[in-house]
Amino acid sequence: MIKIENLTATVEENEILKGVNLEIKKGELHAIMGPNGSGKSTLSKVVAGHPAYKITGGSIKYLIDNNYVDLTTLEPDVRAKEGIFLSFQYPIEIPGITNLTFLLESFNQVCEHQGAPAMKEKEFRYFLKPKLEMLQMSESFLERSVNGGFSGGEKKKNEILQMSVLNPRLALLDETDSGLDIDALKVVADGVNRLKSADNSIVLVTHYQRLLDYIKPDFVHVLYKGKIIKSGDKTLALELEKKGYDWLIS
Amino acid sequence: MNNENNNQYKHGFYTQIEQESFPKGLSEEIVRLISAKKNEPDWLLNFRIKAFNHWKKMEHPEWAKLNIPEINFNDIYYYAAPKKKESIESLDEIDPELIATFERLGIPLLEQKRISGVAVDAVFDSVSVGTTHKEDLEKVGIIFCSISEAVHKHPELVKKYLGTVVPYTDNFYAALNSAVFSDGSFVYIPKDVTSPIDLSTYFRINAKESGQFERTLVIADSGSFVNYLEGCTAPQRDENQLHAAIVELVALDDATIKYATVQNWYGGDSEGKGGIYNFVTKRGSCLGKNSKISWTQVEAGSAITWKYPSCVLIGDNSQGEFYSVALTNNYMQADTGTKMIHIGKNTKSTIISKGISAEKSSNSYRGFVKFGPHATGSRNYAQCDSMLIGTNCSANTYPVMDVRNSSSTYEHEASTSKISEDQLFYLKSRGINSEKAISLIVNGFCHQVFKELPLEFSVEAVKLLEMKLENSIG
Repeated sequence: MIKIENLTATVEENEILKGVNLEIKKGELHAIMGPNGSGKSTLSKVVAGHPAYKITGGSIKYLIDNNYVDLTTLEPDVRAKEGIFLSFQYPIEIPGITNLTFLLESFNQVCEHQGAPAMKEKEFRYFLKPKLEMLQMSESFLERSVNGGFSGGEKKKNEILQMSVLNPRLALLDETDSGLDIDALKVVADGVNRLKSADNSIVLVTHYQRLLDYIKPDFVHVLYKGKIIKSGDKTLALELEKKGYDWLIS
Repeated sequence: MNNENNNQYKHGFYTQIEQESFPKGLSEEIVRLISAKKNEPDWLLNFRIKAFNHWKKMEHPEWAKLNIPEINFNDIYYYAAPKKKESIESLDEIDPELIATFERLGIPLLEQKRISGVAVDAVFDSVSVGTTHKEDLEKVGIIFCSISEAVHKHPELVKKYLGTVVPYTDNFYAALNSAVFSDGSFVYIPKDVTSPIDLSTYFRINAKESGQFERTLVIADSGSFVNYLEGCTAPQRDENQLHAAIVELVALDDATIKYATVQNWYGGDSEGKGGIYNFVTKRGSCLGKNSKISWTQVEAGSAITWKYPSCVLIGDNSQGEFYSVALTNNYMQADTGTKMIHIGKNTKSTIISKGISAEKSSNSYRGFVKFGPHATGSRNYAQCDSMLIGTNCSANTYPVMDVRNSSSTYEHEASTSKISEDQLFYLKSRGINSEKAISLIVNGFCHQVFKELPLEFSVEAVKLLEMKLENSIG
């Protein structure tokens, strides 16, 4: 699905990624772990195309219509239309625009790009209903302004709701577990598990192992100082929980 | 109609029509000619002459944060009108070219095509060319006609109220307008009548080098209610054109007037060439107790806007509201805001102003709130937000308070924001392209104002902002 080779990237002149290599295949679920400041969020933002991050070397190739294309040439909205989804660590508030308007606009623009028919509001509400139920969100969410006055947990649920609406091929979930109490964590994890399929790929970016109690990764990578220093299966996460990161670093 | 090369301003076309105009320049003779052309009674001619003599002694106002090039008042046509038959019995007799012009602007005048639920007075350069739905309104006693017609048919009402809210001595452009105003709309809503449909005036400047000086007078008698809408466009030209209007509103006991404007005069090109100078005095008098006047404006056009729709709250418990979105792009300049003058007891005013500046434009909010000595228990709430798009534009806020009693309360909030990279990225990461993303953010920013507009107007306003911002994104 995506091949990242020797990727280096800077933000405000600071080099954060210092040669990342990562390949994620269709149907795989990867977890990227690492201490604070290791470059985890940067990696997901670079893949989604945040303009504040400059790619200084290496490549990101993404599978579109059975061809690997240079992802960095695509605008962020085009990346989203091609199936890349970033669940934000800190979702952004957009005052005055309802969640419904936002979701519908997003859905219809992506549909238009993919050649699928657009939906009208009424049909869209119907389409949203089971997704809201899955995430235990009330329909009143739709009438509130985008992330306006949402609690941390509500914001994260709203991200997964967007993911369920856009049905991405590659979802990057950045610290989706932070700010969630245990009940909300279960609901969100359950949502992610249901959205997982053999046709899509998911990357969990997380600081803690606790999300991995609910979502089982196929691969676990440790990112440290802008490089992947260790990769393994899910047992690596458990090992990290027990031993911390120090044994890998020294 | 001529199609000029125009992609940004879709109303920029010009209508080829036989017109008559008075010679350029301003003199007492021109003032007399205008009055004579309209066959006006002496009292109105005298009003004009007094205004003209007063204007001659006045200085051009320089206090606004505007860079106004010197205007040669003798290089303007003060009267320009399409040639027409002496009297038009029905709208079917209007020049088809005019009908086509308004139709192209989305304002069908002919009966079979009219917009249901909205009565329109169409003003073309210096004259009103027709008013729709007149008969329906007459049934409930509402008078809706051009002000020229009202001068003849309802002189007692015009004489009683004209110039009472905005006296000709008020300011330079009010004096000029009072001397040379050519046409505009007149509305009278009788006691306890709620207008069954919205009333609206559509102003179109067409003639070259002409000024438009329209005058609108709306009187809402006790217990009545009216929704009034106003729209404006002009051809795209390299020369600047002057538009100096006066709108006076009078609300008697328990009456409500809601007045909405979507102003989209041509704003000049991307080099700052051309565009309308929009120097307007709009004021409402809440004369009666419990009366209410609400101004909503979307100012999206004009090279220069100088406009402060205001409320004088005379009646006890009366209310004034001002909801404004002012968008400037290219080299446009806007200095706009409101005055809320609290005179009666327990009067209340609300100000919501949203300024959006893009490219090299400048956008200022100017507000004045006064609580007089008798305005005890009065309240004002003001919120002024500015949004900057890009780095070459500017936004300013000038709020002034004058409090003459100790029991009034007021609250002022102000903010300036840039469209944040994070907001844009968030929307784009959901597949929404840059233009639509900016439009969503801007519409969200303006939401408090747009929700005050009648539905069709609010849809129009959203589209208008989208169109204006299309090329403003870096």
